[in-house]
Amino acid sequence: MGRYVARRLLQMIPVFFGTTLLIFLMVYALPGDPVRGLFGDKGGSPQVIAALRHQYGLDQNIFVQYFNYMKGIILHADFGTQIASGRPVTDVLGDAFPVTLRLGGFAFAIEIVLGVGLGVYAGLRAGRAADTAVLLFTLLLISVPVFVLGFILQWIFADELQWLEPNVNDASNYGQLLMPAIVLATASLAYVSRLTRTSIAENMRADYVRTAIAKGLPRRRVVTVHLMRNSMIPVVTYLGTDIGGLLGGAVITEGIFNIQGIGGTIYQSIIRREGTTLVGLVTILVLVYLVASLLVDLLYAVLDPRIRYA
Amino acid sequence: MPDMTKSDTATAEPDSVDAATPAPQPAKSEKTRSLWGDAWQDLRRNKIFLISSVLIVLLLLITFFPGWFTSGNPAYGDLSKHYLQKPQLGKVFSTEWLGYDQQGRSVYARLIYGARASIAVGFGTTFAVTIVGGLVGMIAGYFGGIVDSVLSRLVDVFFGIPFLLGTMVTLNSFPERTAWVVIGALSFFGWTQLARVMRGAVITTKQSDYVQAAKALGASTPRILFRHILPNTLAPVIVVATISLGVYIGSEATLSFLGLGLNGVSWGNDISDGGSSIRIAQWIMLYPSIMLTITVLAFIMLGEAVRNALDPKTR
Repeated sequence: MGRYVARRLLQMIPVFFGTTLLIFLMVYALPGDPVRGLFGDKGGSPQVIAALRHQYGLDQNIFVQYFNYMKGIILHADFGTQIASGRPVTDVLGDAFPVTLRLGGFAFAIEIVLGVGLGVYAGLRAGRAADTAVLLFTLLLISVPVFVLGFILQWIFADELQWLEPNVNDASNYGQLLMPAIVLATASLAYVSRLTRTSIAENMRADYVRTAIAKGLPRRRVVTVHLMRNSMIPVVTYLGTDIGGLLGGAVITEGIFNIQGIGGTIYQSIIRREGTTLVGLVTILVLVYLVASLLVDLLYAVLDPRIRYA
Repeated sequence: MPDMTKSDTATAEPDSVDAATPAPQPAKSEKTRSLWGDAWQDLRRNKIFLISSVLIVLLLLITFFPGWFTSGNPAYGDLSKHYLQKPQLGKVFSTEWLGYDQQGRSVYARLIYGARASIAVGFGTTFAVTIVGGLVGMIAGYFGGIVDSVLSRLVDVFFGIPFLLGTMVTLNSFPERTAWVVIGALSFFGWTQLARVMRGAVITTKQSDYVQAAKALGASTPRILFRHILPNTLAPVIVVATISLGVYIGSEATLSFLGLGLNGVSWGNDISDGGSSIRIAQWIMLYPSIMLTITVLAFIMLGEAVRNALDPKTR
């Protein structure tokens, strides 16, 4: 187990540096300049621009910049300075991250409860009308783009029925976060329920399920303990990779519902070509993704005792 | 990009394929029907397949011959017909059928001409991704060892960047966003999924006896790869490609919504514009949304139908 984790961690190192280098090169090698962006259409004097570029180290070779940036992150957890505001990126993140974490966590909970619930419900009734209904429902959820769903829910529930607030002005209020969290969760929810359904329907025919039923276990126990545990591997795999997806999807949801979270920060930094902020944010997302996929692999062994990591 | 195929791509296992008939063959008699012949028999009777095929053919017609469907000009705005002019649902297929938008442009004409952007991006990206991802996956799966390790890490690197964020960063650097630019950006981050699917399929196929036999007979590597291995790995690849075609169309609209999509007429741009007047003129946003959803749904349903037909377990 320990050796397996160590090997996985070692494998993560090149991926981590590769991903951050890729995003770094994309941000800085493609045309556009955050310092020029500070001055708007009027433009600044060349001396001021040169001085600012020097101050933020933008005049150095790009690989030197990358090396310095990574050195800062690894040695001092220093993610650089946001050029537009002059604040350290860690400060900006400290404001935005808890909001998105709450939204993402809420969406993740909805995704697991509804997704797995619907999937188990459909899987146990494979081939019947209820199964087809769930299938069509999830297909529809997958096909409606997230921003369309956001607009429509906002219009129906906030403008027409006035049940919910159209915008989130207090991100610690879960009542206000409900609608954005549902919107953020829908597509993933549909995938989770379909994966669960396939897996449950397949395992229903397994010998151990027949044995469990034959030895007289109550149906409830057969489903929750025997069937669910064995059917969760593909679902857990998807959920692991989806954590990063939820944080990325927040760009759209937060835009529609005016939430001051990480999605809005990412969007602003892309539009303003704020290299440091963007690379810092993506670095954190990559770390979350890598850790999540490691945890998923370790969870396999918990779910299926036949899987062992020597 | 969401990956709905993870669990079931492995179900279209190549070992179910009759190894002697790798090429698609029309089913003539009962005795030697290939996987593809069987699948075709299955699909012809599948309602979902027929519905989605009809929808897709219709979409292609709209894309290539928009003039057949409307006489309106999507760019022509008549401010006297601004958005308070409601849809006249009785006047089917006329320019006022679905109402006018904020600038007095016909929503119906824009709906018809907007199809081109979605279809071009969807097909273009899927084509590019299948070629690049397929080749990388095939090389990684067939050669294994160090080649596989390096390529797999490369796939991991691209996979680690959230799809939407990567494409946003790329597209933001291009002020002129033509279909080619959008296709390029989506493909740059999208090829990893197909590379993974292809790699898995090649690894299972290359152990088959007939591949070993071809090797023993001295067939060249390209011949083994393209004549013997490729035909038996196509099933999962086609399924994933069809489904992701729908997903890419959705992504293009999402990028347009963020102001980073195609320049010009597209459903995503119209939905984004219409979203701001949803309280007074819902139709501006509603109709392109419906078109977009139907289009994405058609491709996803087609992929699903093909997957079920190619999966021997569901027969």
